Amino acid sequence: MIDESRPIFMQIAELIENDIVDGALAEEAQVPSTNEFAAFYRINPATAAKGVNRLVDEGILYKKRGIGMFVATGARALLLDRRREEFFRQYVQPLAREARKLGIGKEQLAQMLSRSETGTETSERSVAQ
Amino acid sequence: MTAPGESTIIEIRNVTKRYKDTTALDDVSLNIYGGKIYGLLGRNGAGKTTLMSVLTAQGFQTSGEIRVFGEHPYENDRVLSRICFIRESQKYPDDFSAEQAFASAALFFSNWDKAFARRLADDFQLPLKRRIKKLSRGQLSAVGVIIGLASRAEVTFFDEPYLGLDAVARQIFYDRLVEDYSEHQRTIILSSHLIDEVANLLEHVIVIDKGKIMIDDDAEAIRGSAFTVVGTGTRVAAFTAGREILHRESLASLASVSVQGRLSEGERAEAAELGLEVAPVSLQQLIVRRTMDPGPELSMNGAATELEVSP
Repeated sequence: MIDESRPIFMQIAELIENDIVDGALAEEAQVPSTNEFAAFYRINPATAAKGVNRLVDEGILYKKRGIGMFVATGARALLLDRRREEFFRQYVQPLAREARKLGIGKEQLAQMLSRSETGTETSERSVAQ
Repeated sequence: MTAPGESTIIEIRNVTKRYKDTTALDDVSLNIYGGKIYGLLGRNGAGKTTLMSVLTAQGFQTSGEIRVFGEHPYENDRVLSRICFIRESQKYPDDFSAEQAFASAALFFSNWDKAFARRLADDFQLPLKRRIKKLSRGQLSAVGVIIGLASRAEVTFFDEPYLGLDAVARQIFYDRLVEDYSEHQRTIILSSHLIDEVANLLEHVIVIDKGKIMIDDDAEAIRGSAFTVVGTGTRVAAFTAGREILHRESLASLASVSVQGRLSEGERAEAAELGLEVAPVSLQQLIVRRTMDPGPELSMNGAATELEVSP
């Protein structure tokens, strides 16, 4: 939902991006209209339009005149690339920095990562049972 | 932020309004652009109603210039027929029913939508045939809200339109406002002290305090423009050093400091490393901080987030 920390138009753009990334909005699927976004999130329609238009500018959405807004082909790949880049900056770089500080070598770090993966799997399994 | 296509529909230049010994508006200059939802916010007595009154020719300024659609609004029917002003305590002829009030509004406002007014009356469960003086305070407010929405005037002023409306009825008002504005873009100027409720509906925010304009900015530009840092006093002090401080509170070794400005990702990470909590300051809190006298008795209960206690 909408929070106070950032401009609303950015949050609207992100909500749509999330739906495209996790497949809830397929490529070539129609996106709700800005008025529908405005009514649903109870926000100013001009603000909702700004969020949607930002994705149009980035080639994630495209307009069909008189019909509405659609997810562009290739949008998901584009977003995944961008999110992987962000993942590297937000998670991997600080992780590597901290690992260096603690004297954890590359191999040890790789081992830890695979251990954390199996660790998650076992804990998930135990929850499932 | 003003896009090139936007047109100024109201110009206010150096407007001052004095009543006997009080200055209600103090050298106010402002442009209102067409097609936006404005929030006119501020404490009671800050000058909101006075500003709306002079813009709608219900009062006359002591000095300064006002142009509405390029003309003087005073005794100017060409201008006034394009404006709807719903006051906090709007008066209607005593023996009128809501239905009759709507019928006379239909004569005055050329864009009046009769079917929309009917739907709104249903939404608010307003008895149309009952005489207005027999209506409850909330029902009376509903009459005003319905006239304001169904008139579809080019400029609509809502001055605290919801005295006596409960939370459900206010939500109906906000929802219908957003829906109808989506279909029929026009200029809405909404004065409110329920800032948290209306913040997301606004495109532009004007904050007035003691007769002066304190903020005149895009709602999106204001959002996230201040933050509060909470944690160990010394660390909070070090982290907020050199920033413009809006408010400070402390409890034993803990401090909570609100500052103007935005944080970069790096600064956020730094705060987290120092064990500091960072939270955004809402529009309502921001206005409280900026319009509160920093007197000793007020800073004692500085945690209050309501601008005022409603009567």
